[in-house]
Amino acid sequence: MNKTEERAAFAAALPPFFLRKGKVEMANYWRKTWPFHMLLLPALLLCIVFQYIPLFGAVIAFEDYKPWLGIKGSPWVGLDHFKYLLTYPDSKQVIWNTLIISAFKLVFNLFVPIIFALLLNEVRKMVFKRVVQTLVYLPHFLSWVILGGILLDILSTEGGIVNRVLNSFGINSIFFLGNGQWFRFTVILSDVWKEFGFSAIIFLATLVGINPALYEAAEIDGASRWQQVKSISFPLIMPIVIVVATLSLGRILDAGFDQILNLYNPLVYAHGDIIDTFVYREGLNNGQFSFGTAVGLFKSMIGFVLIVISYRLAYKLANYRIF
Amino acid sequence: MRYRSRAYTVFTISNTLFLCVLALICILPLIHVLAVSFSSRAAATANIVNFWPVGFTTDAYVQTLANEKFLRSMWIGVERTLLGTLLSMAVVTMASYSLSKSSYKFPGRQIYIWVFVFTMLFSGGLIPSFILVSKLHLIDSIWALVLPSAVSVWNMILMLNFFRTIPPDLEEAAHIDGAGHLRVLWSVYLPVSMPSIATLSLFSMVMHWNSWFDGVIYMSNPDGYPLATYLHSMIVSDNLSRIGVTSESVANFSSRTVKTAQIFIGALPILLVYPFLQKYFVKGIVLGSVKS
Repeated sequence: MNKTEERAAFAAALPPFFLRKGKVEMANYWRKTWPFHMLLLPALLLCIVFQYIPLFGAVIAFEDYKPWLGIKGSPWVGLDHFKYLLTYPDSKQVIWNTLIISAFKLVFNLFVPIIFALLLNEVRKMVFKRVVQTLVYLPHFLSWVILGGILLDILSTEGGIVNRVLNSFGINSIFFLGNGQWFRFTVILSDVWKEFGFSAIIFLATLVGINPALYEAAEIDGASRWQQVKSISFPLIMPIVIVVATLSLGRILDAGFDQILNLYNPLVYAHGDIIDTFVYREGLNNGQFSFGTAVGLFKSMIGFVLIVISYRLAYKLANYRIF
Repeated sequence: MRYRSRAYTVFTISNTLFLCVLALICILPLIHVLAVSFSSRAAATANIVNFWPVGFTTDAYVQTLANEKFLRSMWIGVERTLLGTLLSMAVVTMASYSLSKSSYKFPGRQIYIWVFVFTMLFSGGLIPSFILVSKLHLIDSIWALVLPSAVSVWNMILMLNFFRTIPPDLEEAAHIDGAGHLRVLWSVYLPVSMPSIATLSLFSMVMHWNSWFDGVIYMSNPDGYPLATYLHSMIVSDNLSRIGVTSESVANFSSRTVKTAQIFIGALPILLVYPFLQKYFVKGIVLGSVKS
């Protein structure tokens, strides 16, 4: 096949809506590809119904939605809910809580796994390494319902095991889940506890993949183990660290809905309420459908922009692409 | 290894100890809860149980498994896990087959990809989804728990990458023998990619078993709660009672041993499949992330 023929064949195979050449091409296209479309149909339908229709349903963020009036019948209020969101003192607090909890999680969920991976990489006994890995990955697979139940039990002020340990060191019991500042601390720490092992996998894989010849050469040159880590391991895991960091920046507005909804209570709303829990409580529980949707949409839009930016950054800085 | 300096030996020992402590921190809370659940009621309320049951008894489990509500929720949890996984895997496998074809063989593929990937980036949010599900009259139906999450784009991407590693010769040979695409998918692709399908099914099952929030919003009646949601409501009322508020809804005034037994039963299926999960998940995440 020469160049022109190849191009013609390719053009014939292009989707008809790009070409609009006529019915023959259209029929030809369908004859060749209909099984593919049929196989995609269930996924496409489910995706349209459960993902795209709610997207259009989000129009109620600009209305004063009343269930009995329906989406079409409810009065249009424009950007009122968004204005309210930005002036309402509670929502400022909620955005601040989200950012602060999320920022701390981002930092610790980056550095703790890196340090853990570096330390684990120094272990020479494979069996020990395997056992440690098996134990630290476990919390990742348990849901926040289970872990929430466990935390509630062990952090109890009435003889929870953590407070018993603190008491034995002469420290007074701490109301981890009932005091605002301690609640944030508990949320951040327990998230790191749940995820650090699992987040370390990616760094461990990179460390294991480093060519051993590099270390051997450094050793011949008389480099100590720390010098080897500093000059070989660090620079070589840097690209993946940058990728993980930038990608997690894109999720900065997700401060851990599942976790907080299982751990919080009215005592700590001031410090522990995040955007997602706020949407749930105000929107669904208190029936402010429109306001809740507006808050959710606001978060979705900022999140979308952040994700796009972070992926671009990751691509620029570390040449990373998922697709 | 030449770096056998004194400093390095000290480091190795302290490193090993430190890692031991870390690993214990990850597992001890679970062991503690397990120990409490097997302890006698008196020992549990007196807070003398550490990591070994005091006054061993299986009363809490007997009581839990005699609780009709708990059993019903457990059954709904199993039901949604099986139904949801089956549905999701069927839909995802079919879609991935088409999407694994090259743009040359299947022009228009790219458009589908973007339609699916966009949903990963942007969603209408919680409330529009809730309104939709209620308009579809799916509230209190098990379908509300399985349909919205059926198209897992992430699984789709993993699956289509698996499919792409299948040599095209296999498919061509089948086509020459007169097989259509459905036949190729069923008789060539599925048998070849059984390990990856098993892996993704396992992910999907864990996701379904752990999902609790959809139960909270889509089930108006606690009788329809899957186990995870049931446990969530138990935790919420427990949390409230600890700060002195007693909620009347789904009040669960059971003893500490029974609560811990329920939590442990909720975690048990995950613990049982954990060895497989660890093996495949670790592979999956590395595949999915370091891929060029």
